[in-house]
Amino acid sequence: MNPADIASWISDAQKAFSAANDLETLKVARLAHTGDKAPISLASRALGSLAPDEKASVGKLIGDAKAEIAKALAVATEKLEAERDAKVLLEEVVDITLPVSRRHRGGLHPITIIKNEISDFFIEQGYAVEEGPELESGWLNFDALNIPADHPARTMQDTFFIEPIESGVVLRTQTSPVQIRSMLTQEPPIYMICPGRTFRADELDATHSPVFHQVEGLVIDKGITMAHLKGTLDNFARHMFGPDVVTRLRPSFFPFTEPSAEVDIFFNGRWIEWGGCGMVNPRVLTTCGIDTDIYTGFAFGMGLERTLMVRHGITDMHDIVEGDLRFTRQFGVGL
Amino acid sequence: MRAPLSWIQEFVEIPSAITAEEISDALIRVGFEVEEIIKQGADLTGPLVFAKVLSIEELTEFKKPVRYVGLDCGEKETRYVICGATNFVVGDLIVAALPGAVLPGDFAIGARETYGKTSNGMICSARELGLGDDHSGIMTFAEGTVKIGDDAITGLMINDVIFDIAVNPDRGYALSIRGIAREVAGSLGLPFKDPVDALRGLTFADTGKGVPAKIADPTTASVFYLRTLSNFDPSATTPLWMRRRIEKMGMRSISLVVDVTNYVMLELGQPLHAFDKSKIKGGLTIKRAGKAQPFTTLDGQIRQLDPDDLMVCDDEQPLALAGTMGGASSEISETTTDIALEAVRFDPVCVARNSRRHKLSSEASRRLERGVDPSLAEFASARFVQLLTENSSAKHVATIVDGKPRFSPIVKVDPTYISRILGIEISPAKIAAVLRTIGCDVNEKTFEVDPPAWRSDLLTQADFTEEVARMIGYDKIPSVLPPRPKHASLTPTQKRRRAISAMLASRGLAEVQTFPFTNQETIDFMGFVGERAATYRIANPMSEEFPLMRVHLVPGLIEVAQRNISRGAKDFAIFEMGSIFRSSQKLVPFISPDLSKRPTQKVIDEIFASVPPQAYHVAGLLVGKVENEDWQGKARDYNWQDAIAFAQDILQLCNLDWTIKRSDFAPWHPGRCAELVVDGKAVAHAGELHPRIVAKYGLPERSVAFAVGLSALPDSALVRPTRVGTMPAALQDVALIVNSDVSASQVESALRAGAGELLESITLFDRYDKLGDGKISLAFSLVFRAPDRTLTGAEVTEMREAAVAAAVKATGAILRTA
Repeated sequence: MNPADIASWISDAQKAFSAANDLETLKVARLAHTGDKAPISLASRALGSLAPDEKASVGKLIGDAKAEIAKALAVATEKLEAERDAKVLLEEVVDITLPVSRRHRGGLHPITIIKNEISDFFIEQGYAVEEGPELESGWLNFDALNIPADHPARTMQDTFFIEPIESGVVLRTQTSPVQIRSMLTQEPPIYMICPGRTFRADELDATHSPVFHQVEGLVIDKGITMAHLKGTLDNFARHMFGPDVVTRLRPSFFPFTEPSAEVDIFFNGRWIEWGGCGMVNPRVLTTCGIDTDIYTGFAFGMGLERTLMVRHGITDMHDIVEGDLRFTRQFGVGL
Repeated sequence: MRAPLSWIQEFVEIPSAITAEEISDALIRVGFEVEEIIKQGADLTGPLVFAKVLSIEELTEFKKPVRYVGLDCGEKETRYVICGATNFVVGDLIVAALPGAVLPGDFAIGARETYGKTSNGMICSARELGLGDDHSGIMTFAEGTVKIGDDAITGLMINDVIFDIAVNPDRGYALSIRGIAREVAGSLGLPFKDPVDALRGLTFADTGKGVPAKIADPTTASVFYLRTLSNFDPSATTPLWMRRRIEKMGMRSISLVVDVTNYVMLELGQPLHAFDKSKIKGGLTIKRAGKAQPFTTLDGQIRQLDPDDLMVCDDEQPLALAGTMGGASSEISETTTDIALEAVRFDPVCVARNSRRHKLSSEASRRLERGVDPSLAEFASARFVQLLTENSSAKHVATIVDGKPRFSPIVKVDPTYISRILGIEISPAKIAAVLRTIGCDVNEKTFEVDPPAWRSDLLTQADFTEEVARMIGYDKIPSVLPPRPKHASLTPTQKRRRAISAMLASRGLAEVQTFPFTNQETIDFMGFVGERAATYRIANPMSEEFPLMRVHLVPGLIEVAQRNISRGAKDFAIFEMGSIFRSSQKLVPFISPDLSKRPTQKVIDEIFASVPPQAYHVAGLLVGKVENEDWQGKARDYNWQDAIAFAQDILQLCNLDWTIKRSDFAPWHPGRCAELVVDGKAVAHAGELHPRIVAKYGLPERSVAFAVGLSALPDSALVRPTRVGTMPAALQDVALIVNSDVSASQVESALRAGAGELLESITLFDRYDKLGDGKISLAFSLVFRAPDRTLTGAEVTEMREAAVAAAVKATGAILRTA
C-alpha cells in the first residue's frame, strides 16, 4: 500500500469519471472506483491490520484520496446531470408563438377615453368635474345663458323638446346648464369642467349626430382675463394635440360670452375649428348672483366627437355612434 | 352671405396689391368666417360672345331633345351649333362659347361632329360658365341688355372674387355689402365710403296722393316708409349689371321691380316689399292678424295665420306676412303699373315669431330678425325710387311715413373695464379711436359712447369690449395661465364609474354608447310595465320611430348586438353606462324667473326640482361563447351564472354587501333572473334574457344580460377591518339534501347563522340534482378559525352541528351521510 498506488487509484478514478459520457457509464465507473471492491475501499478496510504508527499516516493518505475521488465524481455528476437536463428541456420545447389568449377583447368607448383624459388633465390643475342631467330645464339651458325665447340663437340649435312643451323641459343642447348649476350652487372661486352628452336635432351623417358630447370649462375668480382664457386653451390644446399645435382665437358670437371667440387649432397643416369660448357675459353672472364688480370669468366648450375625429383622423361619425366592436376595440382602454 | 369683391370695391378702395386671401384673412380677424373664396372666371377663357338665335331645327331621331341652332354671333356667316336645352326660341339672346374657348372643368370647346351635324360652338348655361348651380336651361337675355358679338366675359362681369361669409346672428348689419365693406375697410385700415351718405337728404316731389301708411302698435315696428310710384311700364327689363350682381349673390333675377327691391336689400341690408298698388284697398296698416285665417304667400302656399302673426294689411285683409313674405294677392305682376313700396323697421321678435311659426325663413326675415339699422327705412326706400325711376318710366307719386326710427341708447363705458377683461393695457385714446372706426360717437371726457344706427347689439360695456378686442386683434391678447386653484379630484361616484368600466373592459366587455331613444313597441315587447314603462315623449323626435326616452339600457345593447351580428360577429360581450328616463314625476309648467338678478333660493330649488331625476345605470349583454374557440379547443357558452357574476363583481368592487333572490323581472327569463338587494333596495338584476326576446331579435339562444342601477347604490362605508387570525383553521364539510325549490342562498345563510362567529368562510363545492324525488344535494365546506387558540375537535364538531341544525330548521334540509 504505497503512496504511488494510492495516487494511481485517484488518477484512474478521475480518468474513468471524466471519460463517462452519460450518467449510466458514470454509475459503472462510480461502482468500480468507489464501490466495495474498489482498491481504495479494500485498502480502507485493510487499515485495521496495520501497525498504529503506520495506520495514522496511511489512513490520512487514504482519506485524502477518497475526498479527491468524491470530488471528481461530484464534478462529473454535475456535468452529466446538466447535460441530461438540457437534453430533456430541449425535447420539451413548444411553439410559444401559438395564439393563446382566447378571451374576448374588451375596451372603453373612445368618447369615454377622451372624456377621462380631459377630466384628468383638468383635475390635475385643480378643476372639479361637474355633471348635470340630460333632460334639463329650459331656463337653465337657455334663459339663464342669455338666450331669450325669440333670440335667433335659440333657433340655431334645433332643440328636442319634451312633452308637455309648457314644461320647458328639453334635452340639453349644450353642457352649459351645468355651468349655471355650478354658479347657482357654489361660491366663487369656481374652476370646473363639465363633460357630458348633448342633443341637437341634426340628422346623423359623416360629421353630425343628434346625440353627441361636449366638454365645457368655466372659471370664475377675481382678476380673470381673456389672457387667462387663452393660456388655458393653449395648454389644453397642447395636451390634446401635441406640443406643436398652434391656437387662434377668432371673434364670434355666443349669447353667454362677451367677448366671444371661436378657437381654431393649426393641426396637420390646416386650421380647424375646435370650439367656442369667451369671457362670461356679465348678464349671466348677474342672473347667477355673482358680483360682477368683484369677479370675472371665462368659459369654453368643445365637441368631444370633433376632438376625437380631428386627433385620430376619424372620417365618419357613424363609426363613433354605431357601436361596432371592430372600431371600439382599437382603442383599448386608452392607455 | 355672399359678397363680390367688385361690389365691395364700390365702397372701399382696396389697393390691387392686396390679394383675395388677404381680404379673407382680414374678415376672419374681425369675426367674419369666410367659408369659401369663389374665383369666378379663373378657369374660363374665351371666346365667349353674346349671340342671337336665328333658327332652330329640332332633330327628332334621338332619344333626348336635340336642337341644331343657327346663331348670329356678330360674324359674317351664321354659326350652327348643337344644343340640348329647349328653354329658348328664335330671336332670343344667348351666350355662345366659340371653338377655342375653355369652360370650367377644363372643358375645351371645338368644332365637332355630333348628331350627324357639325357643331361650331356651344350655347351656355350659368353652371357651364361657373356662374352658379342653375342648369335648368341656357342663359337668355332681354332685348337691349346685351349687344350681339360682344365679349360676354366682360359683359357678364364674370371675372370676380366672391366671398362666402358666415355672419354671426348678432351682426345683422353685415348681411349687406354696406356692412361687409365697412368691416373690410376697418380691418385693413382703409377709408370707407358709406353708400347711405349719398342718399341722405334725397327727397322726391309729391305729384299725387300716396297710399296711407300706419303702424297700429308701436311695439311691433318703429318706422314705416311707404312710397307710391306710378307709370311703370311692366315690360321694363333689369339692366344686366344689376342682374349679374343679384346672381353673384346667389339669387335669381325675377322682374325689374322685384330685382330692385332685392338689390337694395343686398346693398344696404334693409328688406323692401313692393305691392301692386291696384290691389290695395285703402291704406296699409301694420297690425296683428287678429284671428286665424288662411293666407296665401307669394310662394303659392296657403298658410293658416295665427292671431298673433304680424301682418301688413289693407283696409280689408292681410296682404303680407310682415318682414317675412308678401302675399300672392298683391304681388307685382306682368301688368303692374302702380307700385306701393314698403320699408319698415319691424321689431325683430315679431319677425322671428312670424318666421318660426310658419317655418319660413326668407332673405327678409333673416335680416329683420337680427335687427336692421332703423335709419335705413328712409334711405333704402329712397334708393329704390332712385333706381327704379332711373331704369324705367316709373314716377314717384308720394311718400307717406308713420313712426320714426328708434336708436340704441348711449352707453357709459369704463375704459379700465375693457383692459381688465382683455388682460392687456389699452389707452382710453386707443379705445376711442377703435370705437370710432366701427361708427360710434365717443365723448372722450365722459366716455359716453353712442353706437351707430346699425349696431343695435351694442348695449353693454362687454359688447364694446368685444369690439375693441376684435378691432385691435385677438392675437394681441397674451397667453397666461390663471392662478392655480385648490386641489380637486374625481368624486367617489365618478371614481366608481371609472373602476367599473375599467373592470368590465379588462374582463372582455367592449363599451358602447347608444342613442337614449326608444318606442312604445320596444317597451311593451321587453315586458316593462307600470313605472318601469312610463317615460317622457319628445315633442319633435328625429324620427317617429323613436319618440320616447329610454327606460332601460338592455334594448339599446340588443340593437348594437344585432348590428354586430349582422356584420359577422358571433361571440362577444358589450356594456353601456348611461342615464335612463323613467317619468317618475309629472312635469310642472316652465318656471322662468326674471334674469336681471339671482332668483330666490326657493325659485332656484323649484327649478332644480322641475327637472326629473334620471337614474344612472350600467348594463351588459353577453352573447355566444365565453371565449373564442381555437386550436386549444371548444369554449362554453355564456350562461346565466356569468351575468349574475358580473353584477355581483360590480357590487363587490363597490365593497357592498348584498342578498340575492330569484326574480320574475323583465326583460329576463322569469326562472333565471337574480335580483341583488343592497340595504333593502333591489339594485341589480341579471340572468338569462327572456327566450321570447332572444328569438325576436335574433340573438344566440340563451343570451344573458345584467343591469345595475348605479345611482341606487349607497356610498361605500369606511372599512373597519377585523384582525387577521394566525391560528390554524379547521375545515368541515357538510352535505345537505333539500327540496329543489330551496335556494342555495337560503341554505347558505342558515348555515352561516348557525355556525356562529368563528365561521371564517363557506363555499358551496358541490350541487347534485340527480337524486330524483324533487330533491337536490348541496355540499358546503366550512372553514372555522379562532383568533386566539387552536380549535379542538369537539368545538369544531359542535359548531358544524349547530350550523346543520340551523339549516334543517330553516330549510327542511336532511344531513346526507356518506
